[in-house]
Amino acid sequence: MEKYSAFKLLKHSFSHHENWKRVWRSVSPKKSYDVVVVGGGGHGLATAYYLAKNHGIKNIAVLEKGFLGGGNTARNTTIIRSNYLWDEAAQLYELSLKLWEGLSRDLNYNVMFSQRGVLNLGHSLQDMRDIERRVNANRLNGIDGHVVFPDDIKKIAPLINISKDVRYPILGASYQPRGGTARHDAVAWGYARAADALGVDILQHTPVTGINCSEGKIKSVQTNYGEIFAKKVACVVAGNSGVLASMAGFKLPIESRPLQALVSEPLKPCLDTVVMSNAVHGYVSQSNKGDLVIGAGVDSYNGYGQRGSFHIIEHTLQAICELFPSFSRVQMNRQWGGVVDTTPDACPIIGLTPIKNLYMNCGWGTGGFKATPGSGYVFADTVANGTPHKLAAPFSIERFYTGALIDEHGAAGVAH
Amino acid sequence: MLLIYCPYCKQYRDEEEFSYAGEAHIKRPQNPLAISDESWGNYLFFRKNPSDVHHEMWNHSSGCRQFFNVARDMITYEIKETYCISESPKIEKYKK
Amino acid sequence: MSGCNINRLEPLNVAGESTVINFKFNSKKYRGYKGDTLASALIANKVDVVGRSFKFSRPRGIVGHWSEEPNAIVQVGSGAGTVPNLKATQVELYEGLEAKSVNGWPTVNFDFMSLVGVFEKLMPPGFYYKTFMYPGRFWMLYEKYIRKAAGLGKVPVDSDPDYYDKENHHCDILVVGSGPSGMIAALEAGLSGADVIIADDQSEMGGSLLYSNHSLEGKSGFNWAKLLENKISSLKNVTVINRCTVFGYYDHNFLTMIERCNDHISVTSKSGPRQKLHRVRAKRVILATGAFERPLVFANNDIPGVMIASSVSAYINRYKVLPGASLVLCTNNDYAYKTAIDWKSEGNNRITIVDTRRAVKSELINQAKALGIKIIYGHGVTEAKGKKRVQAALISPLSANGSELIGGSTEIVCDVIATSGGWSAAVHLNSQTGVKPVWNRNIISFTPGKTNETQVSIGACNGSFNLIDCIQEGSEAGALMSKNLGFGKGKPKEKIALDKSENEHPTQPIFCIPHQKPSIKGLKQFVDQQLDVTAGSIELAAKEGFESVEHVKRYTALGFGTDQGKLGNVNGMAILANALNKSIEETGTTMFRPAYTPTTFGAIAGRDVKVLFDPIRYTPMHEWHKKHTKEFENVGQWRRPWYFPKVSEGMEQAVARECLAVRNKVGILDASTLGKIDVKGKDALEFLNRVYTNDFTSLTPGRCRYGLMLKEDGMIFDDGVCACIDKNHYLIHTTTGGAANVLSWLEMWKQTEWPELEVFLTSVTDVWATATISGPESRKVISKICRDIDFSDDNFKFMHLKHGTVAGIEARIFRISFTGELSFEINVPSRYGLYIWSKLIDAGDEFGITPYGTEAMHVLRAEKGFIIVGQDTDGSMSPSDMGLSWIVKEGKKFSFLGERSLHRSDLLRSDRKQFVGLLSNDSKTHVPEGSQIVTSKKKKFPMKMEGHVTSSYAHGSLGYPIALAVVENGHQRLGETVFSPQADGSFVDLKIVSPVFYDSKGERSNV
Repeated sequence: MEKYSAFKLLKHSFSHHENWKRVWRSVSPKKSYDVVVVGGGGHGLATAYYLAKNHGIKNIAVLEKGFLGGGNTARNTTIIRSNYLWDEAAQLYELSLKLWEGLSRDLNYNVMFSQRGVLNLGHSLQDMRDIERRVNANRLNGIDGHVVFPDDIKKIAPLINISKDVRYPILGASYQPRGGTARHDAVAWGYARAADALGVDILQHTPVTGINCSEGKIKSVQTNYGEIFAKKVACVVAGNSGVLASMAGFKLPIESRPLQALVSEPLKPCLDTVVMSNAVHGYVSQSNKGDLVIGAGVDSYNGYGQRGSFHIIEHTLQAICELFPSFSRVQMNRQWGGVVDTTPDACPIIGLTPIKNLYMNCGWGTGGFKATPGSGYVFADTVANGTPHKLAAPFSIERFYTGALIDEHGAAGVAH
Repeated sequence: MLLIYCPYCKQYRDEEEFSYAGEAHIKRPQNPLAISDESWGNYLFFRKNPSDVHHEMWNHSSGCRQFFNVARDMITYEIKETYCISESPKIEKYKK
Repeated sequence: MSGCNINRLEPLNVAGESTVINFKFNSKKYRGYKGDTLASALIANKVDVVGRSFKFSRPRGIVGHWSEEPNAIVQVGSGAGTVPNLKATQVELYEGLEAKSVNGWPTVNFDFMSLVGVFEKLMPPGFYYKTFMYPGRFWMLYEKYIRKAAGLGKVPVDSDPDYYDKENHHCDILVVGSGPSGMIAALEAGLSGADVIIADDQSEMGGSLLYSNHSLEGKSGFNWAKLLENKISSLKNVTVINRCTVFGYYDHNFLTMIERCNDHISVTSKSGPRQKLHRVRAKRVILATGAFERPLVFANNDIPGVMIASSVSAYINRYKVLPGASLVLCTNNDYAYKTAIDWKSEGNNRITIVDTRRAVKSELINQAKALGIKIIYGHGVTEAKGKKRVQAALISPLSANGSELIGGSTEIVCDVIATSGGWSAAVHLNSQTGVKPVWNRNIISFTPGKTNETQVSIGACNGSFNLIDCIQEGSEAGALMSKNLGFGKGKPKEKIALDKSENEHPTQPIFCIPHQKPSIKGLKQFVDQQLDVTAGSIELAAKEGFESVEHVKRYTALGFGTDQGKLGNVNGMAILANALNKSIEETGTTMFRPAYTPTTFGAIAGRDVKVLFDPIRYTPMHEWHKKHTKEFENVGQWRRPWYFPKVSEGMEQAVARECLAVRNKVGILDASTLGKIDVKGKDALEFLNRVYTNDFTSLTPGRCRYGLMLKEDGMIFDDGVCACIDKNHYLIHTTTGGAANVLSWLEMWKQTEWPELEVFLTSVTDVWATATISGPESRKVISKICRDIDFSDDNFKFMHLKHGTVAGIEARIFRISFTGELSFEINVPSRYGLYIWSKLIDAGDEFGITPYGTEAMHVLRAEKGFIIVGQDTDGSMSPSDMGLSWIVKEGKKFSFLGERSLHRSDLLRSDRKQFVGLLSNDSKTHVPEGSQIVTSKKKKFPMKMEGHVTSSYAHGSLGYPIALAVVENGHQRLGETVFSPQADGSFVDLKIVSPVFYDSKGERSNV
């Protein structure tokens, strides 16, 4: 891999940047692989990278039906935080956050992880109880964060409205300074480049159309290149997980829903942190390009259309104008939808499946982007060893039979 | 923004009058205490989540408050038919 | 006064009048005319540089004349009313308008950042991914400066002073765009009798006819359009909305349009909403959104003075402004010849047409020739010369397919270079329905894809760029769409005597004119001017392996500007296809998403902000509360009194006083917000037995029972008292916040799973007002004003209800208690709520009756260990966790909702978190709500957390703080000391106790 640096940038400027090495190779698939990762989004690419880097498996292919990072990796609002309520989720997201903190250097690719802090606002006494509970739990889990009150919030986000004379006044917030945002596309590209350098074959425009098993064991996957044999198959396909599971003959406790987001036109810096509110139902940050990046809750119905309903956008912008009254004069530039794979407890499913050597990592719902490194890390470990990683174990599909759900609706909420 | 036909009001009304109520035709087990944890878990949480036509329940919550069934394409969002709770879908197979 | 309209051909005339308008741009005063846009007025005043580019800070001028404009981005107005990021080409001029460029410091003419130009070589596409990584912590510092340099306009600081309206429409046919095809379609649909809306983003109808010189039926295009406009406007069933952009096309023919009501009016004479969002549900949609002319890409094509050919025509014909003194027009098609002819018709002979094609023949070309316009065939403009204004064009001969230069360059002195690379159909709205546009190599444009919606694209947005075709398509579509809906016979009514289409020489597929140096090494050839994306950067991205259109767009930012790539996208794709040696079809396309053009947040939000953000629900007694306290709590949508402080009392004292009053005398609470559901029908009892954990079989008329509802997953969902009013008639009480959910939940089971049960559910929350009097003296109070009930304990037992007359009003009185004291809940029809409240206050006066709010209510119930669902539970607590097994009747005939889930292994664990009380060891320290519970004071993270505090009160009736919590295996750990670590590093030592702190035998409510 050609190392990126300011020096290299200078060096290449003398040759008009014509001679940079390709970010990843253009390859044809081999007949068989040790591991086939289905899904070339952030999670899939991270899985391949950690399989190669941490577990020494080199014969890996990543199959992506469209272009790399073209699913939810390309469509999310890039928020990163680890202030989840339950120990199981908090520790998984905290592993992820720690990996984020070194990710640009680990991948030698600037993913622009910007630790500008995340505010989760509270607007009722119960919100504040929940915030206190979550912040206390986070602290004891070794995760940063504290409770802040309206005057502190105003200092962090000067345009926010902390007046008591509004419908749902801001009573306080949790603040996680280590949280922030990253450049979403760069995460996929950075992982792809690093995985490729470790020998991983990346195949774009290669949809998996069938999963072949024999005697309850995975054998191969069917693709436009024909049958590709695999000792192990790891599925990381978010909203399409149900479709893959049904190919393999089992069901998942997952429903795929549209989740919408929007951006404003680029503006001069006006918001240096991430602000989220469950009760007033919206969240906003400002990208490095200057766009306000805004989102809210999931559309109520199932759908794979990458489109949602307009009234969701109306409610979201009502919430944003309520929190930031001067944003009312800003203009929406673009609006889009993704397909999120939601589970009954707003937590992912990571682990084994009824088919031997077929592994699933899905159900990240609205929380997937921030989990990318951690998800790839524990999933790679799970796939390599054939048993769930310690942090992944609570997220097995068994919990839907035993009742050991990890209900993160409060912390996930609108929140991403 | 869906336009949904309410089979009780016999009118097309805007999605905002309705609320989604999940997959249709899920029958509660007759004797829950007699079935395994696995069967019960399947009933509670596991859903078809198809990528073609989905049979789902909607409630005309800001209208007649009746629940009814909708068969809807999950990609185009086209509604193939709506029918009352006690009814079965009229169309068995949908053309792609 | 600077600027003197030196480029103005004649005073601009609107409806026979010409009005001078004064405005300021970048603090300088100028004059324009009514009818001008800010852009046309700036060109008239010869303002060349209107902005600076995003990345390289290059001086930029006006390129287009409408929403495609990438450069002339301005901040209009100041203070709270300022608007960032408007396109000068779309800002209608009004008296007193003030606008500023959004970039450029200290001025657009001398921009400090342009000195950064030296580093341009270090800024290939995606350079930031390749650097700023070391040392680790420095990104935040780099980022600060990158952020400062990015962004366009400034957000106002103060709250938006304007308001925005919404209007809903249901129509037969919505016609989007009032150019020639849209107008004729609307006219035909209107004549057939259909209910039609036609919307357009311009200030008047006409579309391209407003600025292009065509003659139709012997009239100028403009006059022809005006006649058509009159005909359309005279139809009562056609609604015309101008200054109205259709920006979103959602499912099932739902379209959103934004009307700019008074953005074109000077601040002093404005009234009404600033903008209006029209929400349209149309049976049929006719898209007539036109097309955008593509620029040709060449070196230094961003120097002010390089413009779109049709825009030059627009400035000449519509705004009476000649954008320069000498024109070089570079084209690959016939249509652009019109621009040269327009220029010539203003008596200016300094024109050179540079046509990339050879041996071309057509009527239009002949016309140009006949006018004596100089035409050079087989050449292209390879480079613009100049700094802040074009000074010359370099042209070179091209190979037949235009892919390479075959000779040296010649310089032509000029100050305007107009280019035309053909037309791109505006397929945006069609694509928003989830459809990929389809590339048509014959017309060199994307065309609409097949959609599920009942719609049709006509005219230029359908790839029909010829005016005659546009009119024919419009005419047919209007009639046919109407017929589909049962209006008319499908035959156009309006006869239009059209000329034959002029013959055309085919457009040449050329997008980027080659330069002597390759794109990567040579001068910058801009594809997306707003984001400084060059042909070279697209080629570099492809070389690096970013081969998908989406990757290239994301890597270079192509098309991500506020012009949304209207000019640059197709050129970018063509350049990428060329670099990859693929066709444009193979390279792929991208989908378009709303908004078609940027749309104001406030207009999308509408009126549902500020006080109307969410309705506030008040109880009938609210008027009294308002007079007696300022302290309210939002509970769901309700606004409830929190506590009633006396003069100089703080919250703590007030709550303690209210609690003591209830324990020792009598208090009164407004409990009207409590959810109430009326259940009737012969199967009501069976229904209750299925949805509650309890057995209700023994509940006879006149009796009440506390009940618990679970979700099917076995977790506590809601609780409350259920009363049997009569045979087959019950009243369910729910939590205040849960009322609506419980009703929907019950209705779902009744309708979908148990339709055979005859049960009727009615929400009666707002029907009844409820005043609860609680405390040892409460019986005396109620006895005073209710004479027809014997309130003695023998006659009116705890957990019973009676009907009676209270102060003359028929009432239902429940003897139930949430405080642990003797209590009566008096329910009267809502309209008597305030009256009964006052009567009870009067009657209680002699007993010291004390109103109490939600806080004292919470304290009093906590002292009794009563749970609040949603505070002490969180959706993960089962009945046995909360010590409520005593109301779970397992093995009922019908397995109640949630019963099966209680038998799953995780719910049988002995170490589940269980509901307990906590007392601080020193009896003084208040442990905050949300505190976690641990068993070791060793500060080693992660610490094992064994539970958390759900409720905690420092002051109540007991004189010492109490807390409720859920703790692992808590029921077996009474007496054990645990610790609660606090944010400041301290610990609170706590003893696990029973959650019932007061009157553990429950005697006080039973007297």
